[in-house]
Amino acid sequence: MGLFIAQILTGLANASALFMVASGLSLIFGVTRIVNFAHGSFYMLGAYVGYSFMQVLPGAWGFWTSILLAGLIVGLIGIVVEMLVLRPVYKAPELFQLVATFGVILVIQDLTLLVWGADDFLGPRAPGLKGIIRIMGEPIPKYDLALIALTPFVAFALWWLITKTRTGILVRAATQDREMVGALGVNQAWLFTGVFFLGCALAGLGGAVQLPKGGADLLMDFNILSAIFVVVVIGGMGSLPGAYVAAVLISVLNVFGVNYLPQSTLALMFVVMVVVLIFRPFGLFGREEVAGEHGQVGEPERPIKPAGQSARMIVMLGLGLLALLPLVGDSFIQVLITDIAIFCLFAASLHFLLGLGGLVSFGHAAYFGGGAYAAALLVTYAGTPMELALILAPLAAGLTAIIFGWVCLRLTGVYFAMLTLAFAQLLWSLVFQWGDFTGGDDGLVDIWPSEWASGTTTFYYLALVLCIGGIIILRHTAHSPFGYALRGARDSARQAEATGINTKHVQWVAFGFAGAMAGIAGGLFVFSKGSIFPNELEIARSFDALIVVFLGGVKTLAGGVVGGAALEGAKDYITRFEYWRLLLGLLIIFVVILAPDGIAGTLRKWAEKIGLMKREDRV
Amino acid sequence: MKRKTFLKSLVGAAAIAAVGLPALAEDTIKIGEINHYKRLAAFAGPYKLGIEMALEEVNAAGGVLGKPLEFIFRDDQGKPGEAVKIAEELMTREGAVMLTGTILSNVGLAISSLAAEKKYVYLASEPLADAITWSKGNDYTFRLRSSTYMQAAMLAEEAAKTDAIRYATIAPNYAYGKDAVAAFKKALTKLKPEVEFVAEQWPALFKIDAGAEAQAIERAKPDAIYNVTFGGDLAKFVREGGTRGLFEGRNVYGLLSGEPEYMDPLGDEAPEGWIVTGYPWSEITEGSGKVFVDAYMAKYDDHPRIGSLVGYMTVQSIVAVLEKAGSTDSEAIRAAFADLPVSTPVGDIKFRSQDHQATMGAYVGTIALKDDKGTLESWVYKDGADYTLSDEEVMKLRGSGN
Repeated sequence: MGLFIAQILTGLANASALFMVASGLSLIFGVTRIVNFAHGSFYMLGAYVGYSFMQVLPGAWGFWTSILLAGLIVGLIGIVVEMLVLRPVYKAPELFQLVATFGVILVIQDLTLLVWGADDFLGPRAPGLKGIIRIMGEPIPKYDLALIALTPFVAFALWWLITKTRTGILVRAATQDREMVGALGVNQAWLFTGVFFLGCALAGLGGAVQLPKGGADLLMDFNILSAIFVVVVIGGMGSLPGAYVAAVLISVLNVFGVNYLPQSTLALMFVVMVVVLIFRPFGLFGREEVAGEHGQVGEPERPIKPAGQSARMIVMLGLGLLALLPLVGDSFIQVLITDIAIFCLFAASLHFLLGLGGLVSFGHAAYFGGGAYAAALLVTYAGTPMELALILAPLAAGLTAIIFGWVCLRLTGVYFAMLTLAFAQLLWSLVFQWGDFTGGDDGLVDIWPSEWASGTTTFYYLALVLCIGGIIILRHTAHSPFGYALRGARDSARQAEATGINTKHVQWVAFGFAGAMAGIAGGLFVFSKGSIFPNELEIARSFDALIVVFLGGVKTLAGGVVGGAALEGAKDYITRFEYWRLLLGLLIIFVVILAPDGIAGTLRKWAEKIGLMKREDRV
Repeated sequence: MKRKTFLKSLVGAAAIAAVGLPALAEDTIKIGEINHYKRLAAFAGPYKLGIEMALEEVNAAGGVLGKPLEFIFRDDQGKPGEAVKIAEELMTREGAVMLTGTILSNVGLAISSLAAEKKYVYLASEPLADAITWSKGNDYTFRLRSSTYMQAAMLAEEAAKTDAIRYATIAPNYAYGKDAVAAFKKALTKLKPEVEFVAEQWPALFKIDAGAEAQAIERAKPDAIYNVTFGGDLAKFVREGGTRGLFEGRNVYGLLSGEPEYMDPLGDEAPEGWIVTGYPWSEITEGSGKVFVDAYMAKYDDHPRIGSLVGYMTVQSIVAVLEKAGSTDSEAIRAAFADLPVSTPVGDIKFRSQDHQATMGAYVGTIALKDDKGTLESWVYKDGADYTLSDEEVMKLRGSGN
């Protein structure tokens, strides 16, 4: 019994920081609809700022003041980020802002390294709360009890702010219908800034308050990210009580998982999320999402059309140049372009889902990595030749996508996105954990192309043919009746249903198709690298593709490919510099602000402005 | 327009890549060094300093084969796929004669596979995975640092000397953690068949729930604990375990826990009494080890980490192999690695011809506090050659033909 209570208390103490960070994320999403990937970075900043203050402010007074100051300062940093980076892009397509927050992550990582250096800091212990108290014979750290006591106060203060004050009323109104709030004369811009301040301050508090239980290090931004997203989704996006209940649920379950099923540590959280979302599609306390805004954000999307005569000519010319490249370029340029082409196909397959289907998948790496693993496992265990493996890889990836899609497509919007993420994570933890079969973290190695294709140039042509072929197939599908049905389902599911389109079915097929295309890219990837590791299934990999699609332009057919080529090319160059993350982050933010329609979309507009392209295709 | 921009970007990217870094005018011998300089800045930083110090010394003494030695440092973002691409670039465009680097085992394995396929020589400096020289070992890959198995076997030897029977293990839930636990079990059971393993905890890497882990281990009532967690996980485990009295009256064995990279951040909370592998730089008072520490501190005004030592020894090994080979041809370098002796700050080591593993050992000692900082006392340097598998087992793991 004593142990049981001790375990519950440990869970409750762990829930504390998690709740603070997650509630901030939930608040920001609820009001601004921004999926703030950088929230973990604010948490990290809170830890570093709090640590620095604790070094100079003495005693218990100094300790708690440091925590408050950390919250305040991180909140102020949040304001700066909101005003400089996010404000210019509120009008951009939904979720576009997440690209900007991704840039912020990179910038904060390098700036933190510059300011505080590379060494980890162990957090100071809380003065006066260093020891333990025995409860029914079990040792409980005093600071754990302090955290358990503190969290309800924070939660209560938030609840009071949101439900009892005028600001809170405005915030809630904005959560439900921000356009109406704007129409009633409330300055939305400042409301958003205020909410961003509060959300970031909470993240900062969370970072500082966990210092005595941990410390500050440079990896904590990404390490907390998946946990807080899970908490927010389980609780219901935008719901504060939900965030609290979910934080407690996850933390307590985790403690029991550690005690009774020690191998569960990787997957448990995501299993809980999948179960909750299957039974409660909008989280425990969430409301049904109002589908986007009233109408689309930004200007209406143009109908797509096949490329014109001149565009085709230029494409042919470009392809010809790529085909002739091995005659002039050295072998590394072929390796680089192989990489870029594979990534472009991966991005194009996500763009197909996201741009044409309106299905925001946060877990597309599952199909890229899935295809890669399928090929690698076939080669390793069945001695399958490369040619057959390359055919089976997209089949396996497509099948995976069809299975995952069957569950995920019951949900919509951000919940759909999070469920795809959860499945990708589950696949990742399966591969990671099942070391005997998949090699676990040590991956599968020595998977090289067949003899005839092992030369760099031959493989370059093979990759080029398959990738460009795949991209062309994706493009043609967009123009097929299936593509029209998919876009119909995206723009107005009801009208599409009325015309006899089975929208869910169409989306399901699209999900499987996009998965298979990602699988081709994955299969090529494994043969180009000779090895495969679980990091190709990671969240970061999914985000890579997501960023690229938005950066290239969701609303332009070429978005995925343009974004993929531009970012991969830029990365190859920029990572040569010492502070490449700072440069890359700034570059991403710069592009986001300068080209809110994505690179392809904005280039098209400019071309039209200066008369390079005809405007007759305007709606 | 759409595809046009795609091509433009491709061509643009190609042009950028083609310009690349300007070739250096001076004729040098170039080594391609790939690492996770940003992802693991705390570890890769000191390693790079160690390399730079060694390079300065080598080049001041006239370089190698009559030419200055040069390292090209590249960041792989901690991604194996990226590392493979960079390795190709270093070898085919930058004119590197061989590859070295990496801390993460998966990146090391990816480069090692490429090395075998393309016949590039790769000296894996820091990755620990046993697979690099054993089950996935190949003709072109060599490793400097003592492997997971070797270090775990050293701790097992210490553990076997005590009366402890019931052991609990805690290790990060990934390949290194699993290897480390398996190796410790194997080595300890061989020395002392009656031991039992009563709890195995597997926290997710860098996401440890230390309070819960401490409770779970306490529940199993072990006589001794074997710890493989490191970095932020170690700090949290030490603090929660210490606060809850988990380590009282128990022997704790910590793999790598005594390395400055991991112990320094613990400050005065370094867990006294833990028996660990590490690097007692401040306690080395004589010989080439002392010379290295003094030179490093004079140059950087900071103490060396284990990474600094490995970086320094990486350059020494490369100089030795190039001199023995007498050329920069891959095959000559590969052949020269066989039983290559190198004099280093830890003493004389040798690259074993059986499995391409260097005999670099590790320091084993007990953590003690000195001026509020963790250090090792009653430490010994254990020669890696004594803590490996038998030649038959190694042959079996590496398969035929190697």
